[in-house]
Amino acid sequence: MSISFDDVTVGTELPAAEYTLNRLTLVKYAGASGDFNTIHWNERFAREVGLPNVIAHGMLTMAEAVRIVTDWVGDPGAVVDYGVRFTRPVVVADDDEGAMLAVSAKVTELLDDRCVKIAITCKFQDQTVLGRAQAIVRLV
Amino acid sequence: MALNPEFIGRTYPAGPSYLVGREKIREFARAVGDSNPAYLDPEAARALGYVDVIAPPTFAIVLSLDAANAALFDPELGLDYSRVVHGEQSFAYTRPICAGDELIVTTVIENIRSMAGNDMITTKGIITTVDGEPVATATSMLVARGEDE
Repeated sequence: MSISFDDVTVGTELPAAEYTLNRLTLVKYAGASGDFNTIHWNERFAREVGLPNVIAHGMLTMAEAVRIVTDWVGDPGAVVDYGVRFTRPVVVADDDEGAMLAVSAKVTELLDDRCVKIAITCKFQDQTVLGRAQAIVRLV
Repeated sequence: MALNPEFIGRTYPAGPSYLVGREKIREFARAVGDSNPAYLDPEAARALGYVDVIAPPTFAIVLSLDAANAALFDPELGLDYSRVVHGEQSFAYTRPICAGDELIVTTVIENIRSMAGNDMITTKGIITTVDGEPVATATSMLVARGEDE
């Protein structure tokens, strides 16, 4: 199954998704990415530097947010461009609930070469955590 | 402490190559909870036209930030890494990164500016195969927060 350029218009919405981060997710991402920055796993240190608690890697949030696009398009290699600004930290408390990211996205522009621009909204506790999150995807 | 603006445009040549492993891609995909078959199953990736599993769109950060450290830890730049947060990140792909790729990263300091007491530095990691085939560029903007006092 793949999305055709001919089936997409400006305003086409992608199926919304929710992704939950918890302390285990952060530890796994630290290991897989090699980013062992202490603020992502040590609550004592995070509070010492003025954070409310451990925060998720911005790159982990960025990785989760683009899944709405890759799940929609099927072939993740269709993503030719992806960029975000990190505007607000995702705080991950040491509890059973974790931090839930609510992600939505829609097509904002049809481009040359069967590419479309997609604007992604990623919210944590009803506040946007990524700014200007955009992906360009080449459709079939 | 303001960063040295003379570093704008400075290029750091690629270090040792990075061999992209199938299991590393799988580990990364599992860490972000993504079970897309193109990341996990070589047969599924081949059906999409790739030679082996491909990496998720943000995987290039594993190579690019490591390469950028050559620039960011240059003592003459004056960056206090303990005050750094990630401000912006983008990736532009010529093609997806694929298991088996042997990649190198050339880092360029694109911009340095100061705003409201914070220093912002933008680095671009140009990722190619060891044979010079373009693969991706990863652009990172880091913010060094100003002193509180």
